[in-house]
Amino acid sequence: MEQHSSAPEWDRTPTLEAYADTILPGRARGPGDRAVAGVSQSPGSVEAGAVELLEWDATGMTQGLGDLARLLNDHTGAYADEHGLVLDTEVDPFVALSFEHRTALVRRLTAPEHPEKEFWVLLALFCNMAYDSAAHLHTAEAMAAGHPGLAAMGISQPDEDGLWRFDQHSYGRPLARLHPDTTPSGSPA
Amino acid sequence: MTSPQSTDVLVIGSGFGGSIAAYHLAAGGAKVTVLERGPWLESEDFEHDFKLGSSYTRAFDFVVGDGMSVLSGNCVGGGSVVYFASLPRAPRFVFDRRGSIGRRMWPASVSRDTLEPWYDRVAEAIPVVQQSWDDVTYAGGLWAAACDHAGRTANPLPVGLDKKACVNCNWMMAGCRFDAKKSLLTNYLPAAVAHGARILPLHEVQRISRTDTGGYRVHFDTIDEEDYRIRTGSGEIDAKIVVLAAGAGATPVILQRSEPVLGTMPHAVGRYFSGNGERLNTAYLNEDRIAEVLGLSRGDGLAYEANQIGRGPTVASWDRLDGSLPEYSRYSLEQLYFPPGLGTILAQIPNADGGPSWFGPKKKELLARWRSWLTIFTMSEDDNEGVFGPPPAAGNAHRISQQMLGRGALRYDPTANTRHGWAESDREVKEILERDGLAEVMPWTNDLVGAYTVHPLASCRIGDDPATSALDDRHELRGHPGIFVTDSSAVPGALTVNPAMTIAALAERSVPAIVAAARERGVKVTYGAPAPDGSTSGRRGVRPLVPLIARD
Repeated sequence: MEQHSSAPEWDRTPTLEAYADTILPGRARGPGDRAVAGVSQSPGSVEAGAVELLEWDATGMTQGLGDLARLLNDHTGAYADEHGLVLDTEVDPFVALSFEHRTALVRRLTAPEHPEKEFWVLLALFCNMAYDSAAHLHTAEAMAAGHPGLAAMGISQPDEDGLWRFDQHSYGRPLARLHPDTTPSGSPA
Repeated sequence: MTSPQSTDVLVIGSGFGGSIAAYHLAAGGAKVTVLERGPWLESEDFEHDFKLGSSYTRAFDFVVGDGMSVLSGNCVGGGSVVYFASLPRAPRFVFDRRGSIGRRMWPASVSRDTLEPWYDRVAEAIPVVQQSWDDVTYAGGLWAAACDHAGRTANPLPVGLDKKACVNCNWMMAGCRFDAKKSLLTNYLPAAVAHGARILPLHEVQRISRTDTGGYRVHFDTIDEEDYRIRTGSGEIDAKIVVLAAGAGATPVILQRSEPVLGTMPHAVGRYFSGNGERLNTAYLNEDRIAEVLGLSRGDGLAYEANQIGRGPTVASWDRLDGSLPEYSRYSLEQLYFPPGLGTILAQIPNADGGPSWFGPKKKELLARWRSWLTIFTMSEDDNEGVFGPPPAAGNAHRISQQMLGRGALRYDPTANTRHGWAESDREVKEILERDGLAEVMPWTNDLVGAYTVHPLASCRIGDDPATSALDDRHELRGHPGIFVTDSSAVPGALTVNPAMTIAALAERSVPAIVAAARERGVKVTYGAPAPDGSTSGRRGVRPLVPLIARD
């Protein structure tokens, strides 16, 4: 996507944060937090590092992020008109939407029939990955730092060398009858 | 301009198809060069790390198509480095499948019986071992117990694994740090190198042309080791024989791109792609019911909470692998593990109540129960409905991220037959795991990246009918003598089980024909190498099938 040069000062971060917060919502980071809608009591994708991940060029998303954020706000304008919403102009249009309306718009943009679906799904994929795999951080370091997504999922701490090992792994007893046609090599007949 | 290098046999790709051919040809005396688009990673390189740029993202590829996304290996050793080492043989009925063409799709010369000695060769080479119930992980045990409770059977899977060395870390998709997984890095590839095969990593083949002397010229780009979007150079190698084994997502793309100079390709190049009928369901378990109904306990107060523990799949239910059932209703149901990231975003929320099915507050609540997830993998019979569009400018995909993620030209619109198999298996998984309140079960959504497969097949397949197969039953590309295809693209269709064993057995079976073709072109090579570790019983088993064995 081409870069727009007309508004170089515009900060895309709140719009991206609001998108990430729609995918996996979090708690407000403070009283003035507009991007995070605050519908959850625990950290979500934004605190987990969604913008850090998206702004890392390794994702292949970074160059197009400004355009995506602008496009999201353009879609928001059309959506607001359609629903007769009057948006607070102090923040970007998508940030001004309520959580319910953000969700409805993201559903529309990621639906199979939407022509831009691929881009919005990719954006969601990385917002998801920031939370559930912390793909912008070394996992052992993220675990040591108490990364909120990995912690919430209950991922256990690795050994001191950063590798996982599980001594106990099996119920250790037969739990089903074998298929009667199993061959001596252990395969289906 | 320097003149191209030359070799007797040029192998494109170092997964099962490439490594097996490279080993036997090098052991038989041929000069063998292997070009692999991915990096050459070794045990100490295999990290437990989700960070982009770790071995997890360096070693495999995720290519999004139109209606089908494909996960495959991208390193020396190919799929064997990132796979779960489940190595069942394909059930007998698979070889009689008719599929979309209304008649038997496999060559007349290939059946379970005729393939058995070649399966035995692979089993000796890897080697393949059976698992006991003591080896089966919590996740596999839970699946077995649930199947049993529902009146089904369940089997521990045969695997390519050193069970004593395995620590059940569930990082197999990032390569095995502990050398427990018997990938090709532990058998065929080091043996090929010992016999003089040259393996060149980060060499991505773009196309094949002819030389003036009747051989082939293979054109490649070299790839940056960290950012695969960057091409660092290019070159050519001449060869008398080309073995194409770039994987079912890449082999047809190379041939398509070569068509303007090589001449017309068989109609089936880039058609009849199969996703192995794959489908995933996630069960969100009720830990109390697991304890009460199935009587399972880990001994530490927990019934399960073990999604993170294990080594991919260990148990499968094969009750529906019944040849008397109609085609498109036969499938295996295998317990699986998918790491976070890819394994979570497509998982859907039960009882979404009209809200979004894959994101939002309820998805976050579901992630908080991640330890109590169980993934069930369907491998069914699809209709070979995948078709590759025009090839991208380079490689097999337009790369988006520095590694792993790309956009490819595969189009897949599942037929009613394919959907029927998925729907039946969805119903059965639900019936087994929702019985008596054990779990809530939802299939992964196909709305985001289409259907998906970790076992792409059949995009350049063997067969007897030139109209519906790109290769003859000796794996030679029709109309292009001296080009052989030995990878997953040669498999005619979905196998209803993990395909690695069958891909490898077909590759083993193709080698005598490649040796014969090489000899016809003046290469001093013989067939008859033992297994990579020197074992010879597999070789004895195939001897009656190989009139070309000249070294014994």
